[in-house]
Amino acid sequence: MIAEIGHFALMLALVVALVQSILPMAGAARGNHSWMATAAPSAIVQFLCTAVAFGCLLYSFSVSDFTVINVAQNSNSLQPMIYKVSSTWGNHEGSMVLWVLILALFGGMVAMFGGNLPPTLKARTLSVQSMVAFGFLLFILATSNPFERLNPPPIDGRDLNPLLQDIGLALHPPMLYVGYVGFSISFSFAIAALIEGKVDAAWARWVRPWTLLAWIFLTAGILLGSWWAYYELGWGGWWYWDPVENASFMPWLVGTALLHSAIVVEKRDALKTWTILLAILTFSLSLIGTFLVRSGVLTSVHAFATDPERGVFILALLVIAIGGSLALYAWRAPALKGGGLFAPISREGSLILNNLLLTTACATVFIGTLYPLLLDAMTGDKISVGPPFFNATFVPLMIPLIIALGFGPMLSWKRSDLKGVVQRLQFALVVAAVVTAIAAYITWGRSIFGAIGLGLSGWLAASVLIEFGSRIGIGRASAGDVLRRAVGLPRAAWGMMLAHLGFAVLAAGATGASVWQDEAIQSIKPGDSITIANYEFTLRNVDNVRGPNYVAQRGVFTVKEDGTLVATLAPERRRYLVQGTDTTESAIYSNGIADLYAVLGEPQGQGRWIAKVYFKPLVPWIWLGGTIMVLGGIVSLTDRRLRVGAPTRKQAPTPASAPAPAE
Amino acid sequence: MPRLLFILPLLLFGAIAAYFAVGLTKDPRLLPSALIDKPAPEFDLPPVHDGQEGFAKANLGGEVKLVNVFASWCVPCKVEHPVLMRFAETNDTPLYGINYKDKKTDAVAWLKQLGDPYKRIGQDLSGRVGIEWGVYGVPETYVVDREGRIRYRHVGPVLPDAMKEKILPLIEELKK
Repeated sequence: MIAEIGHFALMLALVVALVQSILPMAGAARGNHSWMATAAPSAIVQFLCTAVAFGCLLYSFSVSDFTVINVAQNSNSLQPMIYKVSSTWGNHEGSMVLWVLILALFGGMVAMFGGNLPPTLKARTLSVQSMVAFGFLLFILATSNPFERLNPPPIDGRDLNPLLQDIGLALHPPMLYVGYVGFSISFSFAIAALIEGKVDAAWARWVRPWTLLAWIFLTAGILLGSWWAYYELGWGGWWYWDPVENASFMPWLVGTALLHSAIVVEKRDALKTWTILLAILTFSLSLIGTFLVRSGVLTSVHAFATDPERGVFILALLVIAIGGSLALYAWRAPALKGGGLFAPISREGSLILNNLLLTTACATVFIGTLYPLLLDAMTGDKISVGPPFFNATFVPLMIPLIIALGFGPMLSWKRSDLKGVVQRLQFALVVAAVVTAIAAYITWGRSIFGAIGLGLSGWLAASVLIEFGSRIGIGRASAGDVLRRAVGLPRAAWGMMLAHLGFAVLAAGATGASVWQDEAIQSIKPGDSITIANYEFTLRNVDNVRGPNYVAQRGVFTVKEDGTLVATLAPERRRYLVQGTDTTESAIYSNGIADLYAVLGEPQGQGRWIAKVYFKPLVPWIWLGGTIMVLGGIVSLTDRRLRVGAPTRKQAPTPASAPAPAE
Repeated sequence: MPRLLFILPLLLFGAIAAYFAVGLTKDPRLLPSALIDKPAPEFDLPPVHDGQEGFAKANLGGEVKLVNVFASWCVPCKVEHPVLMRFAETNDTPLYGINYKDKKTDAVAWLKQLGDPYKRIGQDLSGRVGIEWGVYGVPETYVVDREGRIRYRHVGPVLPDAMKEKILPLIEELKK
């Protein structure tokens, strides 16, 4: 019964979406206000319908209703409750329902909180949002119905993929989806603006909080996924350039560019067509990501639904959504009038550089992800490019990005004086040189790239702090004044400082992880030790333990540095009984600067085990830096100008909210 | 601004979409083998179990045979193993194994733990024979006909569906 209600709610949502796609759009075109006014209530009804459908699916999973095929195939009565719940989206059908739920959620939020939007813009935006929802609801109902019944029901379910039974992965998909799918609203705003033929500062200010919200969740989702891969897969890496990871990383790169170019539209009324294009591209990449993951075009470690019929359907959706919007762009964008002029050395100029580097970086990821597919289409060869390609193309792009990021916020709008900025950043150059020298000294004889990477991070962190310090008057005003200024500073300025600082910390972590890691893989028996980087890992014993739906062997390692005990690590090898799959649970000890990481590998017989131990300097900084970036986004989202003050068209941006230009 | 610049994104997307369409028609798991319908390459491998015979080209031909490339370190091999065990119990077609880049002791322990469905196993420690067969990764499974020619290649674990829908019908057909 519950499943049927869910199924029915999905159908209802489809009908509502159809109405919402047509009526407000037609109303906006004909100036019919009552038609336009249907947009907001129908967006809310559509959200409620999808929420009911999702709730029904959630319920079926939580009570282990195995008469529903989807539940029987992806859940098991022995699973702890949290994984029963997360099983809801740990499969193709359920994750697509989550997808449309978030699509409808963003539509509903605009309907609820978009009271200050001009009626035509609001009607058109919600209408476009609903067209996307219609396509995906149709996709679910036609090819991936999550509520299909099974008769007779099995005694127990097939269990969730054991790799996914993990707290990091229980939360990762919803976060990621809120981000990924959240960019749909920027997309809808862009299409609506193209139809209206009007992009101005007010438009940019309406779009920015939604884009920022999506960005925050996407960043957090990617971080969680990466953290999961780090400790759950037991391969010791934190980023694999796996197609599925790339699918979420590409919208992040372009979405970050969009956040920055929208500032230029807001403050300077320039870069309009470019910003519109970025908004279209960001969501297009989310759609392409969905296609790549769902269609089976690329095989990957964790693409969990591959079915050509679905692939054809999603490809058709892609062609209509992306092709249609780009055609609209080609037709309407040339008519958009550009605004303020500026010199190459200026805040605008630096934001353009940021955009170019980020989109180029995205292009390299795109090529690296799709090149194997393209090659196959052309020549029939099967290859995969893997990390060496990305290290050779993506990483070099990050170097100019970090250098320029140090300068960017110091430059003033319109025209700036590079020499003056360099002078004020002298101290940051000194910091960079000192950090490089110290890092090179400590790690003498090893990769020089590590020292350079850390030096760059030092440069960025120092210049971010100098910029922030000069803004609140450190060194020029009294302590009380500085404090007052800091408190009075727009939250957006705080957000920018945090996000850029977080990026510096993350870059340092990524450098450390890729350059200075130490590892050893050996076959040992209890009592034996492996020593890496001054740490002596000793395997004490291996015990059998039992979990709710798995059995495991747990190895206990003690780690000593110079004879003193630093940590006790207990990695496990689990065998999940229902699917008969093995997983490794690595054990990690972190002191905030470096991680000690141990994995228990295959048994070798005669009491011997393969043990993998790693010393990973700076890896914790990856999560720390990413978290600071997310925090920066949240702080920026609370900025006064995004919260209050319905911006009206034609009104110039308030000077108070504009970051003070360099003095 | 030249109008072409605004059309460029659309054109690029058109090209990408066309590639996607072609990509959809291909199964990434379906790696073609250069050896399909050709005789199996020359090889002569030592046994995994001490005291038993190895596996060589001379053992192929005469009747239809199934050759499976496996390793104890390979997780998907564990997944397909029950399918192969069942095959060995229910089908009289001989199943031969090539133990790929694996230590003898590991392989023996693995087979002891999970059961040994193979009639003969050759140990390919260096992976040399694997190269000649065109093995991309373990597990892979080949159907070899009466004349000793490779007729079918399956990449990845043989799951019950693949066994039922591809391999068993082909074996039946080749036996006629």
